[in-house]
Amino acid sequence: MNQHSLLFQSMIYLAAAIVFVPIAKKMGLGAVLGYLLAGVIIGPSILGFIGKEGEDIMHFAEFGVVMMLFLIGMELEPTLLWRLRSSILGLGGLQVVVSAAAIAALAYFLGQPVNAALALGMILSLSSTAIVLQTLNEKGWMGTSAGQSAFSVLLFQDIAVIPMLAIFPLLATQVATDAETHSPSLRDGLPGWGQTLVVLGAVGVIIIAGRYLVRPLMRIIARTRVRELFTAMALLMVVAIAVLMSLVGLSPALGAFLGGVVLANSEYRHELESDIEPFKGLLLGLFFIAVGASIDFKLIMEEPLLIFGLVLGLMALKALVLLMLGKIFKLSTDQNLLFAFALADIGEFAFVLLSFSNQTQLLDARLTDMLTAIVAISMALTPLIMLLYEKVVQPYFTRCVPDAEERKNDEINEKNAVIIAGFGRFGSMTGRFLRANGIACTILDMDSDRVDALHNLGIKVYYGDASRYDILAAAGAKDARLLIIATDNHEQTREIVSLAKKYFPHLQLLVRAAQMEDTFDLMDLGVLHIYRETVDTSLRMGSDALRMLGVRAYYSERAARTFFRQDERALKGLSALRDDKKQYVNIMKERIDEMEKLISSDRIKTWLDEGQGWNPESLREEIRGEADDTVPQP
Amino acid sequence: MARVLINFAHPALEKSRMHRQLLMAVKGMQGITFNDLYEQYPEMDIDAAREQDLLLKHDVILLQHPFYWYSAPAIVKQWMDLVLEHGWAYGHTGNALQGKYLTNVISAGGAESSYQRGGHHEYTVREFLLPFLQSAILCNMHYAAPYVIYGVHKMDNQDIKEEAQRYRKMLELLRDDKIPLAGLPALNTMNQVLQLPTTQPDKV
Repeated sequence: MNQHSLLFQSMIYLAAAIVFVPIAKKMGLGAVLGYLLAGVIIGPSILGFIGKEGEDIMHFAEFGVVMMLFLIGMELEPTLLWRLRSSILGLGGLQVVVSAAAIAALAYFLGQPVNAALALGMILSLSSTAIVLQTLNEKGWMGTSAGQSAFSVLLFQDIAVIPMLAIFPLLATQVATDAETHSPSLRDGLPGWGQTLVVLGAVGVIIIAGRYLVRPLMRIIARTRVRELFTAMALLMVVAIAVLMSLVGLSPALGAFLGGVVLANSEYRHELESDIEPFKGLLLGLFFIAVGASIDFKLIMEEPLLIFGLVLGLMALKALVLLMLGKIFKLSTDQNLLFAFALADIGEFAFVLLSFSNQTQLLDARLTDMLTAIVAISMALTPLIMLLYEKVVQPYFTRCVPDAEERKNDEINEKNAVIIAGFGRFGSMTGRFLRANGIACTILDMDSDRVDALHNLGIKVYYGDASRYDILAAAGAKDARLLIIATDNHEQTREIVSLAKKYFPHLQLLVRAAQMEDTFDLMDLGVLHIYRETVDTSLRMGSDALRMLGVRAYYSERAARTFFRQDERALKGLSALRDDKKQYVNIMKERIDEMEKLISSDRIKTWLDEGQGWNPESLREEIRGEADDTVPQP
Repeated sequence: MARVLINFAHPALEKSRMHRQLLMAVKGMQGITFNDLYEQYPEMDIDAAREQDLLLKHDVILLQHPFYWYSAPAIVKQWMDLVLEHGWAYGHTGNALQGKYLTNVISAGGAESSYQRGGHHEYTVREFLLPFLQSAILCNMHYAAPYVIYGVHKMDNQDIKEEAQRYRKMLELLRDDKIPLAGLPALNTMNQVLQLPTTQPDKV
């Protein structure tokens, strides 16, 4: 692929994602289905923008799965993992064994030889970590008991791939001969105990490096203040783990997961998460597009009944096994259904295992092609099935899954002059103050627990994302006069500001800023009324401190106010300075220096000596210099 | 024993030589309530209820302040505006302050001679204090003669210390009923109290 075609391919993929994902979202289908749809459309069957190289892309994009598991690992505390041990081993183990056995029996019954039937059983027992977790996350079902169970099972499956890869050569009638089909592994040619040692060594390396190497390294990188180095470091970690794992023939996803768990308690966790998140999202999207594109419609057209029959049959079989296991593990009916629906599909590891078994002649080419189509279709069906569950099955159960993510935005039916976005500890103070002065405010907040709690206190707060146009419009932004933005998250604040400036330019914005950086950022956005979070409180504290040291209250009070004005002025000056130099990285240090200069310079006298009108010194001197008092001297 | 309240107002006490000494002289005096307005209300938010309560508990109310622009610093005006409420201090039902004595204790930079016809300031201090006099009358109070310390700008530290002691002496006389309160409005300045024969013949 030359550079031109690489760029062209990138353009096709990105454009497809940008066109179809919003459409799918709008239709309530979810992002995963949008990506799959994009893949189908740009794939060989319809537009033909991508052909065979789609598979290369898929291999590359599988890396998104690795990153996802890294992130999942980072979300998991080792204690949680320990708590889940029975469901991982019990539920997960049973799922793989029972499903594999059932499918193998079916295959054998349909005329496959024993070894092929066993291979099929193992391949098809796996579910798609990428699609299932992404969909569960998207719907906000991760925290439900079904979500937790599904996660445990998927985790076990990821682990189970390793022994499967080990068993396959034993099943194969013809041993894989070439190096290119099977990536060279350090374990090759080692005796059993040696292989075990290598595997344990690799796992040990990840744990020890995560514990003792990454932290000091991150500290050094943090000191350079070069933001992108963090990203580089985060990527390097994931890639290095993947390389190490491939080297010893383990699943990179599993290694990444382990690495994530080791770093779960690190202070750089959020930094790493936010750095990897976009890569993960994009690569996973790419992966889903590739899956969509790999569906061979020609084959499906030839034998539609067989293929769809197999898809449905396999999924029904897997779902039955899952339902049974869910019952044993005491999931409630609605949760059990969700659990079964979610994991009924066949996962992306099947592609890997299929190509592996094809190379070893374990399965014939036609069967492999057909199965590839079946796997892709079942993956594509998963989001649809989940949608079915959400729209049809779930409503049947009165005890709906409580979740924050899926919560619909509240209907807003009041129009006030003031809209408050964000009703946390900051916004609520402002809101209470306005309310106490008889000003009614329309309040929006994104924290559903808080919204509910406030409801119980009789305060009307609407659940809604103020960075969305329709929500702001519904809140009466067209007729309101003030928009008070007191959200906790600067990114969101930013979005609301841009949105309001663009669509509701008549609104006066009053914006909360937590950090100095945020303040500068808001200045750049042209916000005139910025409220730095702690300034007033800290100055009040300073003024009280002066008072306790015996300084007159009135003086302390005025000194604090004067200092505040001076500081605001200095901040504006510094903001301009920053624009000139365009140095984000070192600006903090410069700013501190500048602040020190300001405070220690002669300006300090200016603000301490305000109130000259009350100083009788000059008048006294004048009078003393004269024979008689001819000067006004009240 | 006359109960004396000093409502003190100086926005920049740290710059005042005279009032610092006056304060030191009266500090801790038994039977004298010292109410530092700027210290109490640095944000100028007068607590009217508290101030009214203080007024009710005293017989003589002194407004002690520098003589800024022939009047008092801003907070004294704020105090009057908010504390002397209609219906409480004045008006048909406003007689809470009935019979109490009010006056100013002021320090002026210029000499006494400059506060007269033909002098630098043309008018007397009592004339300048007319709004206080009439306010007291409106509130059914007696306006006692003001206590005035002239020529502060020309005083040295020793002079100021002596002034502070005289002020303390005057307050003692007031507090200990050594002079009849009813005679106060008729005086020219309250400083004259120090020269009057006291009702009981025990001199310092």
